[in-house]
Amino acid sequence: MSQYYTATDHFVLVPAIMLALFGCAILLFDFWVFPEPKQRKWLLAFLALGEAFAGYGLWQQHTYIAGQGIAELTAFQGSLVVDGFSLFFNWMFIAAASIVALMSYRYLEVEGEHHGEYYSLILLAQCGMYFLASGADLITLFVGLELMALCFYIMVGFLRSDKRSNEAAMKYLLLGGFSSGFLAYGFSLLYGLSGSTKLSEIGVAIARRDPADPVLLLAMVTTTVGLLFKISAVPFHMWAPDAYEGAPTTVTAYLSVGSKAASIAFLLRIFLGPLASARAAWEPLLVFAAIASLTVGNLAAISQHNIKRLLAYSSISHAGYMLLGLVAGNETGIKGVAVYVLVYTFTNLGVFLVIVALRREGLVGDNIDDLAGLMHKSPGYALLMLICLLSLAGIPPTAGFIGKYYIFLSLIQAGRYVLAAAAALYVAVAIYYYFRIVRSMFMSDAEDAGAMETTFGVRVAAALTGLGTLGIGIFPEPFLRFAGQSLIR
Amino acid sequence: MTTAVPLSWYLILSAILFGLGVAGFVFRRNIITVFMSIELMLNAVNLSFVAFSYQLRQTDGHIYTFFVMVVAAAEAAVGLAIILTVFKNRATLEIDEVSDLKN
Repeated sequence: MSQYYTATDHFVLVPAIMLALFGCAILLFDFWVFPEPKQRKWLLAFLALGEAFAGYGLWQQHTYIAGQGIAELTAFQGSLVVDGFSLFFNWMFIAAASIVALMSYRYLEVEGEHHGEYYSLILLAQCGMYFLASGADLITLFVGLELMALCFYIMVGFLRSDKRSNEAAMKYLLLGGFSSGFLAYGFSLLYGLSGSTKLSEIGVAIARRDPADPVLLLAMVTTTVGLLFKISAVPFHMWAPDAYEGAPTTVTAYLSVGSKAASIAFLLRIFLGPLASARAAWEPLLVFAAIASLTVGNLAAISQHNIKRLLAYSSISHAGYMLLGLVAGNETGIKGVAVYVLVYTFTNLGVFLVIVALRREGLVGDNIDDLAGLMHKSPGYALLMLICLLSLAGIPPTAGFIGKYYIFLSLIQAGRYVLAAAAALYVAVAIYYYFRIVRSMFMSDAEDAGAMETTFGVRVAAALTGLGTLGIGIFPEPFLRFAGQSLIR
Repeated sequence: MTTAVPLSWYLILSAILFGLGVAGFVFRRNIITVFMSIELMLNAVNLSFVAFSYQLRQTDGHIYTFFVMVVAAAEAAVGLAIILTVFKNRATLEIDEVSDLKN
């Protein structure tokens, strides 16, 4: 241990090291030790081990922070930070990646593209997310973002012989690269204005500047554009429906919760950190993006027949709700965003899990009509879908209600009644298109009588998502307290 | 002693390069050209970082430049592989002809 790599640095880095190490180990073992298709379950075991080690590292950080009673622990001269915020998001990433891995095994077998790299990419993408949630330096954040994004480009195009998967990967790659360019340009100007890449020092330098400085405005606008692209907020949402529809369903699930949550964490770090003092300049932009996301997301979802595309538009509208929490800007709002992201993670994974479970030879399962009569075929999955859709719409006693409640409450506390009314209005629109799916499941007769083939992993994942969605809705207190600790101070 | 080129000139050049990259991304229809436009945008970013870094007499900006280069290289590796599979399955590199996914 030298001054460039102290014990604290190591302590903070352990989860990321574990994720990267096991990600690379899976690649090597896939090649040398377990080349047979039958042996791939061992790779899944490796992934579980990687998550367990990362979780242990995270648990140690968690207990250390709580035991010492400190707000944050910085490492690498302030490039990485462990605080309630990063812990909250990293626990969520572990849950999301594990659930996605559980539902992937059989799905990839059916798709005929089961390769060990997939599990490695899940871990490496999560490693990128770790740096997005814990980074406190422009370089760390940028490299973390790109690590995550590059893994997702490959995963979206994982079905190499499927034209739609190729196309989705290409569109996601081009628009993702484009947005990274904007973000990097904004970062270069922020660096030039402040003379530092540390978020805290940038914040100090920006607070001293004239808010109407054109270079500062340019830096802020380009950074905002890049960030809005990543969370797929309107008007920078056009990649999302295509990427969601064309990607393998398990990857869509991971993309919609993991990438989204990490990007929200990144966005909160930037807007509540270095750009906090320029609030007057960016708030109108975010209000516009939030309202546009709610409008476009909800209205475009109405006419969709492909359920993955419908969920893409619904995910755009949820990005709008999350932005509203940031616009409100008070403590309730930021806590609301954290809760919303947590709730959304479990709920959306549950919805995608049912689509994944439907997939079998000869049935893609991503059309709304494919869900027809699901109630008669397998009531358990129909019930899970119902709970998750209720939660997405925000109806009690499911978790989605808690998320929406805090967003609305924060808007009212901040005196933004018009925004609160508009957001509430769009809940009604959302109920309409979510209930199209429900009607198809419960009121129509099954078009084919083929039974669903599920595996142990899928059933475990179903139980986890169902419990998460109902559990947070019925016993919200511990989760709210956890989210409350995650506030950036 | 010659007078140094002022910082603003570098920044204007960087902004122009960035703008050209954006324009290329929006208006060109060949996938490879669109991809090259993204690389141009990243190089504009590099120029801006190096100029600031030189002005501030710091190394942080130089270091950022290295990371941007690494990211651009990784993105090119992944990107060209994806573009190659698109070409294998469709035998075209015109972006408008790659449009199965629609509303």
